Amino acid sequence: MKLAKKTLIYLVLTIGALMMVLPFFWMLVSSLKTAAEVNTTPPTFLPQTPVFENYVYAFAKAPFLTYFRNSVIVTVCCVVCTMFTTILAAFAFSRLKFPGRDVLFSLLLSMMMIPFEMLIITNYTTVMHMGLLDKLPALIVPFCASIFYTYILRNFFLAIPDSLYYSARVDGASNWRYLWRIMVPMAKPALVTIGLLNAIACWNSFLWTVVVTDSKEVRTLPFGLYAFMTSSGIRYERLMAAATIVVIPMILLFIFCRKSIVTGVSRGGLKG
Amino acid sequence: MKKALSGPKRGEPITLRTFTEPAAYLAPFMICLLIFTVYPFVNVILLSFREDYSLISGSYTGVGLGNYTQIFQDPHFINALKNTGMYVLMVVPVSTALSLLIATFLNSSIKLQGLFQTCYFLPMVTSITAVGLVWKWMFNYDYGLINYFFSLFGIAPVNWLNDPRYNLAALIIYGIWSMMPFTIILLLSGYQNINPQYYTAAKVDGAGASRIFFRITVPLLAPTLGLTMIINVISASKVFTELFPLFNGKPGSAYSLYTVVYYLFDMFYKQWQLGPAAASAVILFIIVLIFTLLQLRIQRKWKNY
Repeated sequence: MKLAKKTLIYLVLTIGALMMVLPFFWMLVSSLKTAAEVNTTPPTFLPQTPVFENYVYAFAKAPFLTYFRNSVIVTVCCVVCTMFTTILAAFAFSRLKFPGRDVLFSLLLSMMMIPFEMLIITNYTTVMHMGLLDKLPALIVPFCASIFYTYILRNFFLAIPDSLYYSARVDGASNWRYLWRIMVPMAKPALVTIGLLNAIACWNSFLWTVVVTDSKEVRTLPFGLYAFMTSSGIRYERLMAAATIVVIPMILLFIFCRKSIVTGVSRGGLKG
Repeated sequence: MKKALSGPKRGEPITLRTFTEPAAYLAPFMICLLIFTVYPFVNVILLSFREDYSLISGSYTGVGLGNYTQIFQDPHFINALKNTGMYVLMVVPVSTALSLLIATFLNSSIKLQGLFQTCYFLPMVTSITAVGLVWKWMFNYDYGLINYFFSLFGIAPVNWLNDPRYNLAALIIYGIWSMMPFTIILLLSGYQNINPQYYTAAKVDGAGASRIFFRITVPLLAPTLGLTMIINVISASKVFTELFPLFNGKPGSAYSLYTVVYYLFDMFYKQWQLGPAAASAVILFIIVLIFTLLQLRIQRKWKNY
């Protein structure tokens, strides 16, 4: 009975896991096939002889290295700017005292429910007036302040005992020094989580990218991939090679930082 | 006033200095927020009531409900509401049920926890566009993997992406797959928040496995389950990006698969009809608002546990 139950659990979990990774497996396998082998029935589950010509083609046909560079620039700038505004704001909302602080903070929390999709019309106009249309900063500036991340970090800061603050103040440390020398190092796990969630969101952002960018030089990977699909026709072995290029960095990030990402998602989802 | 002043500065008079330091810390955050969240939010609501608004000149002919009557008479918008509703109604319950099963099994003491988690959570971090392209390939009529599996069971191939009757089904299948990782994570952490003492006490009292499941696990997991479903309803209401890889940026092969966000995008970016676009944005907000208020209610109730 006990053994039967265990077997059932492992069986269901294995089938489910296979379903979840199947698209990734199929993407990789298809990208290594020749055009002739891709269009066969029944499909082959491993390429007869793996070929890399599809990757060569993708890199030659579309500037994926430029797309990659743009994605890295946008993601890094986004994470750095967001971290900066988040750390300062979370500090003000947790450590500094000023009249109306809690009212202001609950007002901000209620603004979390505004969907970003709703704001694209006006934000487009704003970015246009700033002269940033079709430029990389347009993909960064609207995302430099996040109420959600500030909320997570503020809660983390609140958990740091007051006594540390007072002893630092007695030693003559200013708020600024205290924040960067004591609070930020202590909040490292929370900061890593926020940074990772932010990086994933930036890397995969699509709607806003389509709206504000146009030329090849400023495309990021997801938009570049979509443009590659519409411009070079539906040749699945090539598309799968291009998709692999886009997906690999995030898969590596996930494999190395799974725990932080998962903690972040569950913390954000449930206590938000 | 008194409450907000509690803390190390209690009793100090409020002077300009009370505000300068917090203001300096808050400035970068607040400026960004005011420009890119507060202002556009207010503006889009105003915009939705301006009739025949022109982006170039900023002129409009009147203020009223014209944009709203226009979109509610637009068959594409009605279509968008129907499709989005159908998508939410199918994707959320199915993916939640499957995720509940997987989370329950993952929560039992099994080996290879890390490997399983990696497999189940992977779709969460990967781009919708890239993975959507893989699904497009798997949905392919002639050589797609899904029709191949169907053929093994003697089912006739389905023209998922080019027959408008099956477009929504394809979108839903992809949606269920991509919603599961997030749902499993939330349910799993819901499980781990249940105090193990309840189980110990039940076992001491001699309760059976099924009794424990229905009397302890289900009621204690219910708030998490409800919360997860509402979060998923909100995110599923915004379905949009998936249409780009699957249907080459069109709302379905016969333009019959509009979604609310796609309609907003189409009105704004393709037709430059800002008024109707703003009106559909406000409708989206109202949908999200209703479910967020529900979520808050559940969270408040949950605090009692």
